[in-house]
Amino acid sequence: MSFEYAPAPESRSVVDIASSYGLFIGGEFVEASGGGTFKTVNPATEEVLAEISEAGADDVDRAVRAARAAYEDVWGPMSGRDRAKYLFRIARLVQERSRELAVLETLDNGKPIRESRDVDIPLVAAHFFYHAGWADKLGHAGYGADPRPLGVAAQVIPWNFPLLMLAWKIAPALACGNTVVLKPAETTPLTALAFADICRQADLPPGVVNIITGAGETGRLLVEHPGVDKVAFTGSTEVGKAIMRQVAGSGKRLTLELGGKAANIVFEDAPLDQAIEGVVNGIFFNQGHVCCAGSRLLLQESIAEEAVDALKRRLGTLRLGDPLDKNTDIGAINSAAQLARIDELVSSGEDEGADRWSAPCTLPERGWWFAPTVFTGVTQAHRIAREEIFGPVLSVLTFRTPDEAVEKANNTPYGLSAGVWTEKGSRILWMAERLRAGIVWANTFNRFDPASPFGGYKESGFGREGGIQGLGAYLAVDDAHDVGAGR
Amino acid sequence: MTTPPLELSLPDASPGSLRRFLHGLPGVDEVGANARVASLGTRSIKNDAKAWAIDLAIRMVDLTTLEGMDTRGKVRAMCAKALRPDPTDATVPSVAAVCVYGDLVATAREVVGDRIHVAAVATAFPSGRSSLDVKLMDTRDAVAAGADEIDMVIDRGAFLSGDLALVHDEIVAVKEACGTAHLKVILETGELRTLDNVRRASWLAMLAGADFIKTSTGKVTPAATPPVTLVMLEAVRDFERATGRRIGVKAAGGIRTSKDAIKYLVLVNETVGDEWLTPDLFRFGASTLLNDLLLQRQRMASGHYSGPDYVTID
Repeated sequence: MSFEYAPAPESRSVVDIASSYGLFIGGEFVEASGGGTFKTVNPATEEVLAEISEAGADDVDRAVRAARAAYEDVWGPMSGRDRAKYLFRIARLVQERSRELAVLETLDNGKPIRESRDVDIPLVAAHFFYHAGWADKLGHAGYGADPRPLGVAAQVIPWNFPLLMLAWKIAPALACGNTVVLKPAETTPLTALAFADICRQADLPPGVVNIITGAGETGRLLVEHPGVDKVAFTGSTEVGKAIMRQVAGSGKRLTLELGGKAANIVFEDAPLDQAIEGVVNGIFFNQGHVCCAGSRLLLQESIAEEAVDALKRRLGTLRLGDPLDKNTDIGAINSAAQLARIDELVSSGEDEGADRWSAPCTLPERGWWFAPTVFTGVTQAHRIAREEIFGPVLSVLTFRTPDEAVEKANNTPYGLSAGVWTEKGSRILWMAERLRAGIVWANTFNRFDPASPFGGYKESGFGREGGIQGLGAYLAVDDAHDVGAGR
Repeated sequence: MTTPPLELSLPDASPGSLRRFLHGLPGVDEVGANARVASLGTRSIKNDAKAWAIDLAIRMVDLTTLEGMDTRGKVRAMCAKALRPDPTDATVPSVAAVCVYGDLVATAREVVGDRIHVAAVATAFPSGRSSLDVKLMDTRDAVAAGADEIDMVIDRGAFLSGDLALVHDEIVAVKEACGTAHLKVILETGELRTLDNVRRASWLAMLAGADFIKTSTGKVTPAATPPVTLVMLEAVRDFERATGRRIGVKAAGGIRTSKDAIKYLVLVNETVGDEWLTPDLFRFGASTLLNDLLLQRQRMASGHYSGPDYVTID
């Protein structure tokens, strides 16, 4: 007899979504001057959740001026100890409102509640707690006795981890004494707007955090604004390159955290059951909408067949469906546009001759969905081995020797993360020395911690977020002091 | 999950062959195994699924008493409860078996007849520290008294000192002494300590003819844990792929609440699949778990909690 789990949906009643939202500037919600709006949609149902204001040039200017005033009058002069109080307060409020934030994130993004509840929101709180601790100890971080902030930070974040990316950006900026203007992605603005409310609840001085909503054009206006001292962007390599051109010559400091095409390398002596779990977590976590996703599986040839069998068997147990159901493993694809991109790349994989296998699961009729998919027989030349798919699609390649594994892993324009699975400790260290990736996980994957720096090589960007190294991105220090900054 | 070596490459019983085979099995990463268990522990089992799981868990219980102070009276009372766990509700199923020491098997059999299984612990339970002759005698004695299931312990000392062939041969001999009785092999994972050892001991027991592999005696802490059970479930899954034979798993000791029991059922469901969700292939060795299952069952039927005086203490 089969064990059918009864539906276990998390209640929506903990969230209160307004029908429309303004921009959060200078400590209050204001109308956008141009009056433009757009809609944010639940990707699991295509239901419109709220109408969102689109910030134009005047609004961007207003937000940057509010941030500048707050920087000069209040936040810049404030002691680190007092800044820490606000950050601790924000961290506690995030914890107190964690259930609401998790549900809101799942509604707006489509990710399973299990992930927003157990991964995203706890990490958000952890980032604020961690950086609150630094605010009055910056003189001991290795950047000189009294490192100064940069000023106003313009921050543009993606839709895959909406509130977590906000925390990665805002927590270090504030801890170091900067003020911020942050633009969330246009498909996932709701938790950033809820965060604006948390700033008010925490009595954060007006203008220290400003949240403006809009699409790419709003982001461009923000990073080009002359009143900005620092630009931080997480998103696609294509947009990252455009921002780099816009910022060039302006004197603005820049950090970029861009795409990836990480190799997850499994040796024949790996702990196989756990390696398969790690591979699944590496690419199917958050529907594969993860810049550091282990999207290329490199299997040692001697175990390739049994590992692929085991992987398929495991994928057969993944539960795809209502993201609010506590037993859902795979949620919805964030937008129709992203689904179209996944479809296009998957078709190219089939056309180029790789073997496609998709987990047998019924996709809901409404919303945007993609079944977990594995391509075998993939070669380095295939598009699905080179381009970031940003979806639940795994490309399987094989290797014969450790040298070949390193060569194949590094043979990509990206260099964000990599995974190594082996019971042999010396091989882990040997591999980690040679892999050109900002993060190398050993016998695990997709583990994040605010104390651990995150960032890439090559087209995956530069600069580090998190840890003592991440503080350098928000302090007026020479690059020489910029501990561990990327290349 | 690993496709284990095919039937052709299964080891013979020679010491070198056994050692090479068992030490060639893929390792177990403990951090990863714990993470997998924690993740499955968040499954939310509600309403109909919970009611179904509770009844299944009741049918999987080996209701156990293994105390020096056991008497015929105590065993009779426990057997009555095993047959009809809730005297107020005839829809509650019987448990799978009662589990007692060998000298009380006849008493248990008198009460339960052939309605449920009678399991006896044997082979110098719980330490296993005696000669093979004594262990075999212990086994034959229990079978002769009416036990149709034998819960034997492995020689952990021999296992830890590397004498895998001795452990293997002892299991083979006990299996033979069982005749038609089913053999459950207790690994006593709390003494094996590492998950690598658990995987090797599981394979060793299965290769030697175990019908079930069982975590613990209940006399050593820790007894059954979810990570240990996960590794044993992976072993039986791989063994079936290699040999076509389905081996059962019994988690014994330390499982006291319905919530815990349901977590184990989720573990079974998502590791080996629902073919193992039957008392023929998964059991709980427990004494107090049954009452919590009954309390939860009453709550689901009536909508409110009763209390410890609304279930019997035997």
